[in-house]
Amino acid sequence: MNSANWKFLIGGAVIIAALSWLGFVGFQESKSYYITVDEFSAMKSDLHGKTLKIAGDVVDGSIERSGPGLEFVITHSGKNLKVRYIGRDVLPDTFKGGSKAVVEGTLSEDGVLLARHVEAKCASKYEAEYNKKTT
Amino acid sequence: MSNLGTFCLLLALCLSLYGLFASLLGAALKQHRIVRSAERAAIASCASILLALVSLLYLLATSDFSVEHVAQSTSRDLPLFYKLAALWGAHDGSMLLWVFVTAVFSGIVVFQNRFRYRDMMPYVVAVLMFNLSFFLILNIFLSNPFDELVQVLPGGTMQKFSPPDGRGLNPLLQYWAMVIHPPILYLGFIGFVVPFAFAIAALITRQLGDTWIRTTRRWTLVTWLFLGVGLILGGKWAYVELGWGGYWGWDPVENSSLMPWLAGTAFLHSVIVQERKGMLKVWNVLLIVITYLLGIFGTFITRSGIINSVHAFADSKLGVFFLYYMLLVLGASLYLIIDRLPYLKSERRLDSVLSRESAFLFNNLLLLVACFAVLWGTMFPVLSNWVEGTKITVGPPFFNNVGVPIGLMLLLLTGVGPLFAWRKTSVESLKKAFLWPVILALLLCVVLLAAGMRSFYVLVSFTLSMFVLVTIVQEFWKGTRVRVRKTGENFALAMVNLTLKNKRRYGGYIVHLAVVLMFIGLTGNAFNRETSQAMVPGDEMQIGRYTLKMTEYHEGEAANYQYGRATLEVYSGGKLIRTMQPEKRFYKASEGQSTTEVALYSKPLEDLYVVLAGPSNDGKRYEITAHVNPLVWWVWFGAAVMVAGTLITLLPDKRSSFANAQLTIAEAAEIEMGVKAR
Repeated sequence: MNSANWKFLIGGAVIIAALSWLGFVGFQESKSYYITVDEFSAMKSDLHGKTLKIAGDVVDGSIERSGPGLEFVITHSGKNLKVRYIGRDVLPDTFKGGSKAVVEGTLSEDGVLLARHVEAKCASKYEAEYNKKTT
Repeated sequence: MSNLGTFCLLLALCLSLYGLFASLLGAALKQHRIVRSAERAAIASCASILLALVSLLYLLATSDFSVEHVAQSTSRDLPLFYKLAALWGAHDGSMLLWVFVTAVFSGIVVFQNRFRYRDMMPYVVAVLMFNLSFFLILNIFLSNPFDELVQVLPGGTMQKFSPPDGRGLNPLLQYWAMVIHPPILYLGFIGFVVPFAFAIAALITRQLGDTWIRTTRRWTLVTWLFLGVGLILGGKWAYVELGWGGYWGWDPVENSSLMPWLAGTAFLHSVIVQERKGMLKVWNVLLIVITYLLGIFGTFITRSGIINSVHAFADSKLGVFFLYYMLLVLGASLYLIIDRLPYLKSERRLDSVLSRESAFLFNNLLLLVACFAVLWGTMFPVLSNWVEGTKITVGPPFFNNVGVPIGLMLLLLTGVGPLFAWRKTSVESLKKAFLWPVILALLLCVVLLAAGMRSFYVLVSFTLSMFVLVTIVQEFWKGTRVRVRKTGENFALAMVNLTLKNKRRYGGYIVHLAVVLMFIGLTGNAFNRETSQAMVPGDEMQIGRYTLKMTEYHEGEAANYQYGRATLEVYSGGKLIRTMQPEKRFYKASEGQSTTEVALYSKPLEDLYVVLAGPSNDGKRYEITAHVNPLVWWVWFGAAVMVAGTLITLLPDKRSSFANAQLTIAEAAEIEMGVKAR
């Protein structure tokens, strides 16, 4: 190894170390646990104070505009969770009763999830109704 | 018609498998005629897939809803254009488009090289046909777009079934950029198979000079260009159609197309070192393998459902197939590379850290680290699930924390790299080359500080942008002056001719210029502002230097949707400058899907972006969200410049006369001298 190689390796190592540290900080800041509503119900007690991403289906007719925010219920495998949306962004167009949603936020004292972000995806109607012929 | 389609695909599969084995057999037996037959099979399979594609388009155009794909993604009232575009509106059909593009690329390669590289071509054809067969198998057996709908009758008998109308194309996809976005992205994902195939052929035949690189240079560049344009169009679509005010969200699907682009960018740069200095041979082969695999991986991410629900990782049969395919390709490539290591020895070694070689190495290091960070963040839910049993997702702060410094370091390299000399740069020449760029950049930095700007990254970004901008302008200035003296042309003509005579070099500078412009646009993000307000006609809201006055709210009905539309007058400095009409639409056909029609007023300095979010919570007013996004315009403008620069480097070289070529070399020498003399 000549000295130029060494210099390059040291420079590279310094850059990678600095970036790893930055990545680690960003990771700590933005990591959240991704679980479904039923998984959430099973491990509720451990999750206070952590950022959670919870997936479930929005219960039809549960969406209520109350006071400053919006409340709805999501469900998965028979378990329900009440969500209060406290984010500032416009809810996505795909969000409505029956859609699949992922809500991100923390748990409040009274067991309601305070969501800062809501992602939603349309449930597919046809796929449930018809069987597919396999060739 | 649907049977014809399936038949054509099966025929194409037989042909491509024949192509795979016949080309290998022909190479082993050194029988040229067998290889020829394999090449013909490759072209025939391309024709067969074209026929399948045409029959699916016919089914779409005639609204034959007995076919599942047609029923899923079109409806009777859809305009013909969108009916045809629905080919890639759902998974099955888009796989067919994918297969078609793959087959066309393979066909073109076979045709282009029908008289060249006779020893390498059998293996190139074999790799291409292997790749094509894989996707054909997926397309035929796991996601056939010609599948018909069936109904289960009481008693368990199955019956063919044709619904009266289809579901309609998702209205979110009914936007021009979204219509052309998938095919363009496919061209970008798929094209890397060509340099990959040549790299593998070069490894097998032990011809590891730069032939495989030179001959696939255009393929690599075009592919890279399409991938970049695809990324930008995706961003444009998100910006204009989704209504959240941004264009990039570190979404896994976005990330999956960014990764091959980053690796491809690294490859484009590092091959220059092999062409010029015979170094980095192992690295380049490895890079193209990585790039190709990341392209496959990107498709895997978007196709396997791993993303939409993090649960479904490799649950779908498709996902498992992709995993095995990627492992097989990776394993075989690594084996070949290790086996051929003696042929991949570097012809030179690194002499100095202050050299062009070293700048390229740092460029590669940074791009690959960026690529790895994106991969890590995207796959973290899956990794953490394997290791700990809990899925942990990572948000934008992670990507930004790593991405922003990497981006800025790359920006710095964009400026210094091209001015470093090969092998070793003397401190003297550095002083001369960087005097003006450093002075002007520092000047800008001081001005910005005096103007009250305190954000570290913003200051660094603008300072570096200025630095790189001046280096590029300086390069054009020096080259043009030499040419003016030599030929007596006027300045503008000399600049054009200079660029056209050295397309790779000056086209490259234009691409670098585009990078600077895009960085200016990206930095604008730091100044984004956003306000929301519930309003009724007569109300006013303030954002930045604008006053928005709501004058009207109107509800109405169009052919296939209902809408609510707010009319807002925009005042700046007391003067009416624009009337904006954001809309909210509710589509009747698509399960009441709604879309947000953003009202956008875009200027180079800043965008005013207004969204009608819907009725306010009490139902009496209308929620209006306004964003002021400075400098976004430069992102799109920079992208256009990048396309132009890349096209210049792609222009064919005229078989220039000997004298002409001499002049160019002389010019180039003089330009180099000019750097040292000044």
